[in-house]
Amino acid sequence: MEATVVKTGTEGKTWGGGNKPLKASYGKLMMWFFIVSDSLTFAGFLASYGMSRFKFIDAWPIADEVFTHFPFLHGVEAPMYYVALMTFILIFSSVTMVLAVDAGHRMKQKQVIFYMFLTIVGGFVFLGSQAWEWKTFIKGDYGAVETHGGQIIQFLNKDGKRVALGDFAAPYTGTRIAQEKGDGIWYNEDEEYLPSVSFEQVKAGFLANEDLLVRIPKKDENGKHIVLSREESIAKLVNDGNLVVEGANLRHNEYGHPLFADFFFFITGFHGFHVSIGVLLNCIVFFNVVLGTYERRGHYEMVEKVGLYWHFVDLVWVFVFTFFYLV
Amino acid sequence: MAHEAHNLAIFRGSLKFKSNVSKIWGVFILLSLVTIVEVVLGIIRPDFLIEQKFLALNLLNWIFIILTIVKAYYITWDFMHMRDEVPGLRRAAVWTAVFLIAYMVTLLLIEGDYIFEVYKHGFIKFNF
Repeated sequence: MEATVVKTGTEGKTWGGGNKPLKASYGKLMMWFFIVSDSLTFAGFLASYGMSRFKFIDAWPIADEVFTHFPFLHGVEAPMYYVALMTFILIFSSVTMVLAVDAGHRMKQKQVIFYMFLTIVGGFVFLGSQAWEWKTFIKGDYGAVETHGGQIIQFLNKDGKRVALGDFAAPYTGTRIAQEKGDGIWYNEDEEYLPSVSFEQVKAGFLANEDLLVRIPKKDENGKHIVLSREESIAKLVNDGNLVVEGANLRHNEYGHPLFADFFFFITGFHGFHVSIGVLLNCIVFFNVVLGTYERRGHYEMVEKVGLYWHFVDLVWVFVFTFFYLV
Repeated sequence: MAHEAHNLAIFRGSLKFKSNVSKIWGVFILLSLVTIVEVVLGIIRPDFLIEQKFLALNLLNWIFIILTIVKAYYITWDFMHMRDEVPGLRRAAVWTAVFLIAYMVTLLLIEGDYIFEVYKHGFIKFNF
């Protein structure tokens, strides 16, 4: 039963639209069209990430110091391992997808069901991993102070290890008073951004603790962030310090330049959106396979088409992995 | 159904697989090895690779980018079956994308570097 093909009466005529000069069906060609244009979209994002990075090349955050967490391993510095795991999950779900396509060519319905199922599971695992990665990134790690000029300064002890703001900030003495309507015409109903310690507490704690130093985003010739001396540190914090930043959002980013967080959210978010769409399409095709739609149609080309999309998503992740985490 | 015959050889024909399924697993092993090399290099970051520069980029980053393109090649050619498509389709998709992306990346990176120089030598103070 040919469910999708309509005979046009022009089969074999070169200009009648009936022949296939590229030996691929209409649907597959259109999927390739889409993939080419979508790859240009992603390339645009990654290229603008590159441009912003080149603009601030001497002060860009070092990815190895940003993404250091692994689930269930608290306090263990594990740079790269988690994204490497995510990469393997996605490559492996690509493998099960291509195995499903292969089983489809051989008209093995049971095998297609099995491999499609594994692919969908892989997709969900990847999405869950990405959610965890976002949660960790948004929550933040040690906290930092933003200067009036928008620079991020981070705190180290004498051994060069990062120190969390909560560990040295002076205890809070006053009381926090909520502003109400009676206090004035203009007031903040709810603070959009409320760190756990105030800048004044951090400043007092820093001045009281002789061991603490400040690290600025600017890098030395070896690509490491410059650590200031104690006197310079005090001057930097007292003169330039403005507000406490914990975690990352679209305006503030404790890891370094805000653009880093913006691009992280935008590019991995857009990729994650593609993965979710891929999982949805895979689910639809999976149920069609289970119901035997393609068995009746006589071919499993639909599996091949969603397969193309799924591999494309994997392909994009390979580039995101390189340019966000490795380079 | 198209493509009953798969091209089962990779590495320019020097490695031939007996069936399509074994080729898929072979490519998976290749991709995994490349990823493992990338991750190990990313964790160790050997100093001699970082210090050596080639065209304003250190060797380590060159290795990462080349390995990424290798992975992209095998994903496209074997998982997306580009190896089995006719040359016309292959060139229409790959050449277009590669040309436009290379063009855009070159222009944007040059622009980014130029703005960096402006910030560095400009009259406006950014360090506060």
